[in-house]
Amino acid sequence: MSITSPLLTHHKHCDDLFAGAEESCANGDWTAGGQAFASLAGELESHFSSEEELLFPAFEAATGMRSGPTEIMRSEHRQMRGLLAEMQGALACRDSDAFGGSAGTLLILMQQHNMKEENILYPMCDNALAASDVGVSLAERLKAACQSA
Amino acid sequence: MHSSLSFDQAPPISVPYRFFLAAPLFGVMAGILLAWSGGESLASRWTPESLALTHLLALGFMLQAMCGALLQFIPVAVGGNVWRPALVANTLQPLLLLATLLLVAGLLFNRPGLSSAAVPLFLLGVGGFVVIVSLSLWQTPATGMTLWTLRAAIGGLALTVLLGALLVEALAQGLAVPVVELTNVHLAWGLGGWALMLLAGVSYYVVPMFQLTRPYLLRFTRWFGPLLLLLLLAWSAQVLPDAAPWSRLAALPLLLLVSAYAGMTLWLQHTRRRKIHDATSIYFRVTMLCMLVFSISGATIVLSPEIGADPRGAVWLGVLAFAGIFVSAISGMMYKIVPFLSWLHLQRLGAPLSAVPNMNRMIAADAMTGQLRLHVLAVVLLLSAVWQPALARLAGLMFAASCAWLGWNLLVAVRRYLAFRDQIRAAASHR
Ligand code: HEM
Repeated sequence: MSITSPLLTHHKHCDDLFAGAEESCANGDWTAGGQAFASLAGELESHFSSEEELLFPAFEAATGMRSGPTEIMRSEHRQMRGLLAEMQGALACRDSDAFGGSAGTLLILMQQHNMKEENILYPMCDNALAASDVGVSLAERLKAACQSA
Repeated sequence: MHSSLSFDQAPPISVPYRFFLAAPLFGVMAGILLAWSGGESLASRWTPESLALTHLLALGFMLQAMCGALLQFIPVAVGGNVWRPALVANTLQPLLLLATLLLVAGLLFNRPGLSSAAVPLFLLGVGGFVVIVSLSLWQTPATGMTLWTLRAAIGGLALTVLLGALLVEALAQGLAVPVVELTNVHLAWGLGGWALMLLAGVSYYVVPMFQLTRPYLLRFTRWFGPLLLLLLLAWSAQVLPDAAPWSRLAALPLLLLVSAYAGMTLWLQHTRRRKIHDATSIYFRVTMLCMLVFSISGATIVLSPEIGADPRGAVWLGVLAFAGIFVSAISGMMYKIVPFLSWLHLQRLGAPLSAVPNMNRMIAADAMTGQLRLHVLAVVLLLSAVWQPALARLAGLMFAASCAWLGWNLLVAVRRYLAFRDQIRAAASHR
């Protein structure tokens, strides 16, 4: 198992949560949609923070690349947090158009982001951090997040 | 390490948009040409109108849209650095537009001089594009089947244009070359080696992303591109003096491969996790269904000499390929890319997120599905017009109308982008 493979699995898990939240809210099932959205938002947040607090600093320390890919990933996290906040707002007013619009935007941003990580950044991290124990902490942290959700 | 990794060097938004806005205009022209010339223009693939319609769509609609999409897609999806994309777009696009109009006029009015004049422009325009895109595709450190398939597609484009140029010169100067066979080879590389190869490479990336499907099976993506190339090579042997009989047999496995791609895509969509449908996902289904019908019709034509003898068979295939497959796929893609890019670029201006309209507010969903319905109606009418020439004028008008609506929808998104950009800038300067 590579260092980043828990993150990869977690991407798929978040995709499922996203699909559930989007479907329920589009059908006007706000109770189920609200629950699914809450776990989506929580899981994404713990995913972002695990990367920002564990993986990226370790990668930056190991490679000396501080302003490259990790910076772009951080700024995309910020954009996704913004969209999640918009979705939260739309959910509160039960506005399915607004929710759907922000969700559709989040989907593309998130998928494009995930592909960049999975195809480029994660392999770079796996190379650079092969000797470190970041992987264990990452796996534990994500597992804890999934259980509490 | 990874110094050429671009990661996020998306080009200025004007680069894809100028190509995307040009494409539908050629669809409108094609529709009007058909409406004006009437049913006899579809009597065979060799009428001047057929040839002109073919290239209005192949070079006006498809090549424009695909160049714009590639310049956007390469940096974002495979981390390739495109050299000065704005300069490339500003110089190559006018060349390609002029070349297309000249070639189409030459074919339509039987004026070989005009077609010959288009040749150097194409060699320069497409040649420049191929060189610049190849540099970025070969220098990126990324790996994967999308990248491999894009490289193959660029090779297919280069070959198609070279063969097209050869055809023009052969016809203009009466060179002793087998024109029919050469045309068959040219069109196979254009539709298969370039357009389908590109569609496949892009769909490996976007189908899972837009619809949350599983990824294409690696076993499939590893074999699809190389097999397609191999079969196209076998098909190309028909230009050799003695190879004619067996090389045409490559048509059957080619069609089987095409339907495997369509079937796999439909299956992925069917088992997708995201349940919401939108214009893009329906457009993709229309594309894949037309591809299946194309394969079945093509196989029938190859296997049954009686049916194959009717010159309208090839026109039927052409309508399926251009209007049914590629115009549909491209329209669906643009409906996703354009609103997203408008959002992304506005967002980057640094405005608070709440000031930026989300994707759904860039083009109204009803406008997209309405246009999609009109397009499907136009394709059905076009297919009927192949056998019922009386319908051709109506079909042409419908196709022109649906392309005009497509262009309008895209224009709306671009104008919203501009309006919000100005608002955001004005607000920033007041702060
Ligand atoms: C790049 C995309 C292109 C595609 C997909 C494409 C497709 C086709 C197709 C499908 C045909 C057969 C038409 C029919 O049978 O009715 C054809 C024929 C032809 N194409 Fe293209 N083409 C492309 C580019 C070009 C270019 C750039 C040129 C010229 C420089 C060109 C010149 C010709 C000529 C001269 C013919 C044959 C005309 C004849 O035999 O009378 N094509 N092309």
